[in-house]
Amino acid sequence: MKLNPKAVSLLQVAPMGIIFTAMVLVPLLIIIVVSFLDYDFARVFPEIYLGSWQDVLTSQLTLDLYETTFKFVAIVWVITFSLGFSIAYFLVFHVRTLQIRLMLLAAIAIPFWTSGPIRAVAWVPLLGREGLVNQALLGLGIVDQPVAWLMYSEFAILVAYIHLLTMPMVITISNSMMKIPGSIIQAAQDAGASEFQIIREIILPLARPGIAIGTIFVVTAVMGDFFIVKTMSGGQVNTATMAIVTELNAFQYPPAAAKSVLMLAIVLGLVALLLRFADIRKELTK
Amino acid sequence: MTPKTPKDASTTAPGTTPAPTGLSRRALLKTGAAAGAASLFPAPMLWAQNIKDVKIVHAGQSYSTIPNIAEQANKDLGFTVEMQTLDQTTQTNRMLTQPDTLDVVDVPNTSMKYFLGRDILMPLAVKDYKWWDKTVPLFTQGTYPNGEAYSMQGYAPIKAQYYTSEKAKEYSLTPTEWLVGVPLYYNADTIGIRPDLIDRPIESWADLLSSDFNGKVALQDGVAVGVPDAAMALEAMGDVTYVDKGNMTKEEIDATIDKLIAYKKDGHFRSFWTTFEQSVQLMASGEVVLESMWAPAVTEVRTRGIECKYNGMKEGYRGWYIMMMGMSHLDGLQRDCAIEYMNWYNSGWVGAFISRQGFYNSVPENVQPMMTENEYGYWYEGKAATDDILNPFGKVMETAGAVRDGGALWDRMGNIGIWNSLMDEDRYLVRRWQDFIAA
Repeated sequence: MKLNPKAVSLLQVAPMGIIFTAMVLVPLLIIIVVSFLDYDFARVFPEIYLGSWQDVLTSQLTLDLYETTFKFVAIVWVITFSLGFSIAYFLVFHVRTLQIRLMLLAAIAIPFWTSGPIRAVAWVPLLGREGLVNQALLGLGIVDQPVAWLMYSEFAILVAYIHLLTMPMVITISNSMMKIPGSIIQAAQDAGASEFQIIREIILPLARPGIAIGTIFVVTAVMGDFFIVKTMSGGQVNTATMAIVTELNAFQYPPAAAKSVLMLAIVLGLVALLLRFADIRKELTK
Repeated sequence: MTPKTPKDASTTAPGTTPAPTGLSRRALLKTGAAAGAASLFPAPMLWAQNIKDVKIVHAGQSYSTIPNIAEQANKDLGFTVEMQTLDQTTQTNRMLTQPDTLDVVDVPNTSMKYFLGRDILMPLAVKDYKWWDKTVPLFTQGTYPNGEAYSMQGYAPIKAQYYTSEKAKEYSLTPTEWLVGVPLYYNADTIGIRPDLIDRPIESWADLLSSDFNGKVALQDGVAVGVPDAAMALEAMGDVTYVDKGNMTKEEIDATIDKLIAYKKDGHFRSFWTTFEQSVQLMASGEVVLESMWAPAVTEVRTRGIECKYNGMKEGYRGWYIMMMGMSHLDGLQRDCAIEYMNWYNSGWVGAFISRQGFYNSVPENVQPMMTENEYGYWYEGKAATDDILNPFGKVMETAGAVRDGGALWDRMGNIGIWNSLMDEDRYLVRRWQDFIAA
């Protein structure tokens, strides 16, 4: 028996198609439907209620939430990119042997051998009012009162994010850098290019896919997180994801669903934009 | 939280509560017939033979589902008890969406409103519960032992203790023959204080918002506990006046949140905590000098050698309780065993075990013989300890001479200013609480 080629392709995509429909499209559709329903004390009524959407689309709260969220995304991206690019550049072009390079890359991962909650708790002895940093500042006579904004503040959130998200930037960027042929750099040097020129004209454009993938990682991680926001701010900062979690914990599903749909649209838009800078398929087959 | 949750919620809309499957229904009928036979021929051997295969799944709070308690239950009772400790959100979701996977549950008073009229809980006849006559009147009558009515602000015990009828559709404020469940333990909460870092006594909730402690105060993060604490403080400060601060109107919610936002912008709060450990860490590390706190957290700070006080405020304590209930799917022999288990739970041994964590049991008469005179004197009667006070796991919590902050059971529990709450305007409150966190 011989199937026509079209049927064969359909059969081949069928398993993925079924899983995608059952696990992604149908739940998403349910979330969208729920966002238009009325609710009360852990119950959702099959009655149309537009209040959740009205609140999401017109309230000052939504603006505040996304202002905070995007502020974190921007600051974390600038710092993790600068750190990630510099560290990757050092590892790939200045560390001579592959063995030491891999050892140093592995060393970046050591802080992540402990679990997230433990790391979150461990910030207090470091950044707290009676923490190591404050003790050092007091001991050196730089301040005469402990600095309170080191912990339970937006600053603390940023420190935790940067600590967590620099590693993926280093790894994706160094992965792209390692693929740059040494001969190109040799040629540029022979033609009299300075180190800065080589970075700007050759390495930066060729490392672009790694930068884009690292950026997607950082952006989605910051936008999707609530745990770090909650623990590091001491529950005093609200972000778009945090608001969804608060409503889920209060069993108020329709407004949480409306906020989730909005967030999904924004994240998909951002990722689509970022993918214009990197051809992931080309990256994977190379 | 799984992304499936909204779907789960929609499936539990009124009228669509999942019915038990045919298979389990048949199985239950079979055991029911066996139970019927057992009661016709009251032979203890037959009873013991039948119940040894019964398993009761008990899900609840971290203080009431401790492995030591399950071990004792399996020793004392002829059937198997399996315990599951669940956080409040997960437990409520489990009860609403998969009620058949649980047999007995214990939940905080603030969750009671989620379950009414959902046909998931089993009403308990007063005659089936042995200790109702000995239960403290907080639950049986809605009064203190001296007959005086207590504050009805917030989710007071009598608001969800009796059903109007066996149908379990409505709560009754006056005693009936049908109990919502068995009250397990309760306590009077107040402000946790670091006396070594404060040079004056703290006697009013207003101190929680006093500018003396700017930047050194924490609240519990949430509308069930954090908001009642804040309302006690705002009222004591004279910032906001309430008709019922445990069940605010929209205008009262607006006034409360607007004031709290002003305090927050002023840098008044150091943190809002969500877990027991966070509250301990905040206090022990000196990050805060005053905060919303639970009794075992105060004890935990103290066992680290750090001073921590928990005395009552002149406006009264914030009260709460935990209720134990059977699920409505129980039938036949399994139902009998669940009722037996609930009776056993308040028969003394567990009450003493949980009392050693700093809570009160609803049947103190049963607890007293299971504790030493020193223990009962310290925990319940406000007497100075005559010897070491150990926690349920044998760790020294207090030494001889220590007196419980606030004194005896009714010195503390007899002066409730507000109960933990779940307000009618919960939807609006949660929405405005978000503005507060975002500010």
